[in-house]
Amino acid sequence: MDMNQYMDMFMEESREHLQSLNQKILELEANPDNHAILDEIFRSAHTLKGMSATMGYERIAELTHEMENVLSELRNAKMAVNTNIIDLLFRCLDALENMVESIVGGDNGDMNVTDLVNRLRSASQGGFVAAPPPKMVKQQDVPTAIKPLINGPVSFEFNSYELSLLHEAQRKNLNAFLLNVEIEQSCVMRAARVYMVFRNIEEIGEVIKSVPSVQELEDEKFDYTFEVVVVTQEDQQRLVEALETISEIKIASIRSIDFETRPNDEIMPKETEETHKTHETHETEQSPKHADVIDTTVVKAQPTTEQVRKSKGSQTVRVDIERLDSLMNLVGELVINKTRLEQISTTSNISELNETIEHIDRITTDLQNVVMKVRMVPVEQVFNRFPRMVRDLAKELGKEINLIIEGSETELDRTVIDEIGDPLVHLIRNAIDHGVEVPSVRLNAGKPVEAVVRLIAKHEGNHVVIEVNDDGKGIDGAKIREKALKKGIITAQEAEQMDDAASVQLIWLPGFSMAEKVSDISGRGVGLDVVRSKIEALSGFVEIESKPGIGTKFKIRLPLTLAIIQALLVHVGSEIYAIPLGTIDETTSIQPEQIRNVQNQEVILLRSNVLPLVRLRNLLEVHEEAIEEEELYVVVVRKGDKKAGLIVDSLIGQQEIVIKSPGKLLQGVRGIAGAAILGNGHVSLILDVGTLY
Amino acid sequence: MDETQSLQEIQLVAFSLADEEYGVDIHYVQEIVRLLTITRVPKAPGYVEGVVNLRGNVVPVIDLRKLFSLPMRDVTDRTRIIIVKIKDITVGIIVDGVSEVLTVPVNDIEPPPMANNNIDQEFISGVGKLGQRLLMLINLDKVILNLTQQ
Repeated sequence: MDMNQYMDMFMEESREHLQSLNQKILELEANPDNHAILDEIFRSAHTLKGMSATMGYERIAELTHEMENVLSELRNAKMAVNTNIIDLLFRCLDALENMVESIVGGDNGDMNVTDLVNRLRSASQGGFVAAPPPKMVKQQDVPTAIKPLINGPVSFEFNSYELSLLHEAQRKNLNAFLLNVEIEQSCVMRAARVYMVFRNIEEIGEVIKSVPSVQELEDEKFDYTFEVVVVTQEDQQRLVEALETISEIKIASIRSIDFETRPNDEIMPKETEETHKTHETHETEQSPKHADVIDTTVVKAQPTTEQVRKSKGSQTVRVDIERLDSLMNLVGELVINKTRLEQISTTSNISELNETIEHIDRITTDLQNVVMKVRMVPVEQVFNRFPRMVRDLAKELGKEINLIIEGSETELDRTVIDEIGDPLVHLIRNAIDHGVEVPSVRLNAGKPVEAVVRLIAKHEGNHVVIEVNDDGKGIDGAKIREKALKKGIITAQEAEQMDDAASVQLIWLPGFSMAEKVSDISGRGVGLDVVRSKIEALSGFVEIESKPGIGTKFKIRLPLTLAIIQALLVHVGSEIYAIPLGTIDETTSIQPEQIRNVQNQEVILLRSNVLPLVRLRNLLEVHEEAIEEEELYVVVVRKGDKKAGLIVDSLIGQQEIVIKSPGKLLQGVRGIAGAAILGNGHVSLILDVGTLY
Repeated sequence: MDETQSLQEIQLVAFSLADEEYGVDIHYVQEIVRLLTITRVPKAPGYVEGVVNLRGNVVPVIDLRKLFSLPMRDVTDRTRIIIVKIKDITVGIIVDGVSEVLTVPVNDIEPPPMANNNIDQEFISGVGKLGQRLLMLINLDKVILNLTQQ
């Protein structure tokens, strides 16, 4: 069956599930007894398994299946959460990630997972040894067996595992239904319909059995009808509603399954044996597709309010970014034509036309804002993967590290988000490997054993700043010089003239590595120069600040080329300029006679601080006749620690703007951070306070 | 038009600048628009007029008259901006008017005249002859290169 149309969806969703698994397992490590987390992990793993099996990626399904087994042992408290298991689970996630990514590369996602599978098995097996054998537990847990009661003829029998699931469902007061689904004869892709049926059911409950098997259904080895047994907390009507939305199918019959309780001894001894046997085969089950049917534990059907909330909260649509781009341009076009209409209306003076245009004006403005916002993604998406990475690294290196993430809600354009991940990984690895000392050294230096690595995102001026700080040993300028000298990067004379701060900058040079020995983590010489070039390719830049013994700070400044910022619009002459709000401290008005001259520089005293003044008219070469004002408007801006007052002609107001590149030709122009298109379709330049004066 | 013929002809967008006729290869031309509101860019190279909003994209606009030291003209109804794209750089060129698209046989294109007082030689790649009309062919690559180096 052709699954290509589901491919994108599969990829996106797999990545999401892997990400959430990573996060949740980390959480689990911190709270080993929290069942809610475990349940969520289980759900994600399960969905992943189902998806990959549907798509025919057997290795992924196989591995997730084994993971699920281990997880269910944890869930049933037959095994305790320990570091080994967490590590193993993480290792599996890595393998899964690799497989998923290899599928992106056009592969079939096959990788040798035997080793991991074996380890998972022995882990779950080991759990059996430690805990009472499962058979015993089962018998304790299941004092009575059940027999499902279904009205009318049934074409199949439940096996003992499915029975146990039904029992579990009954115990939790869930409803069970037997559905007979018919697919229209004209339907071309039957398997796709089946997939949709399963998907919709799984939104509200669980499929615990299907006839024919899922495998056969996927291979379209069935005519036009199939049967599924569903366990759900919802009632029959809700189930029907969930399936009604699917075209080309019909629910031929829906029968509720009741349970008849029988004393345990009435089960044939043979069946008890079978229970054990099934369980065994289940453990060694190689075909995940088959497993998909058996292994749907009731966890998912558990009616938690969280689940309900979750399914409502994530109503999203994935859209190709190119479509957003063209949408954005179309909106721009609309704005221009709206402006034309406005011009026409002012000359023609028809009140009806005016009203309509006002209306259009409001709509286009809203539309513009919405489209722009759609492109923005919180940096959270990138940051999310770091806790896991830091944990692994710290463990590997025997260091104790507390990763603090701040400002993960800061939004960046999607394209930047996609690119910024690798450089950040590099910097964080560096911080942990080279920056942070081992606990014994830290103790000796009088620092707390636990090192703090900070990952901070924030708006600063007209940039988004991402900082990676550590409180490690810092960079020793002298050592760097020595190393650079030895490598022939600098001459002895140059080395002599360099101070420590300048020496630190040497680390940006290609081929420079401070690691004494090459480690797995960093120090292979493909180093910070790669980071720098990558960030510069995003037209950002990266700085390093380091104090020996205190720590190192990397600061990445990314332009808001595509980001939305708040800006203050000001008039300079008849021209309109935008000053990013982030750089503005305050606005104030002054009388011309307050201005003093200090060394040929105009200043004023603002709350007894000397504030240098810059006349934007002169700076921006506005050659218009200045009107002598009684009052001057001053925008107080900050550049690093220094403040300055920009004298403008008038303040227009604050507005959310999208920074656009003024084109390659004008990239180097000083004082201009970019351009913004105003509501009237005109272009306004955004001042870059950093390079303005 | 058969293959050999097409190789021997080029299509030009003919435009006027200060009473002279010029042409640019049609392959460079993205579109021709009426004069848009131009926002001046302070501290930009001299012949950069500013930037315009071209359907949501900010595009720089240059004035060839300044580059070629031609007399300035007032904006009229015929003033246009020719949007050209060279490699990945999009630029608008202000012209006094666009007349037509012409097909000129390659044979009728001569090297630029040696003595031309007004225009820097390097920006003209040749002169196309069309009966009595003479069209100066703008070497856009050079113009843009010159601009990016500033």
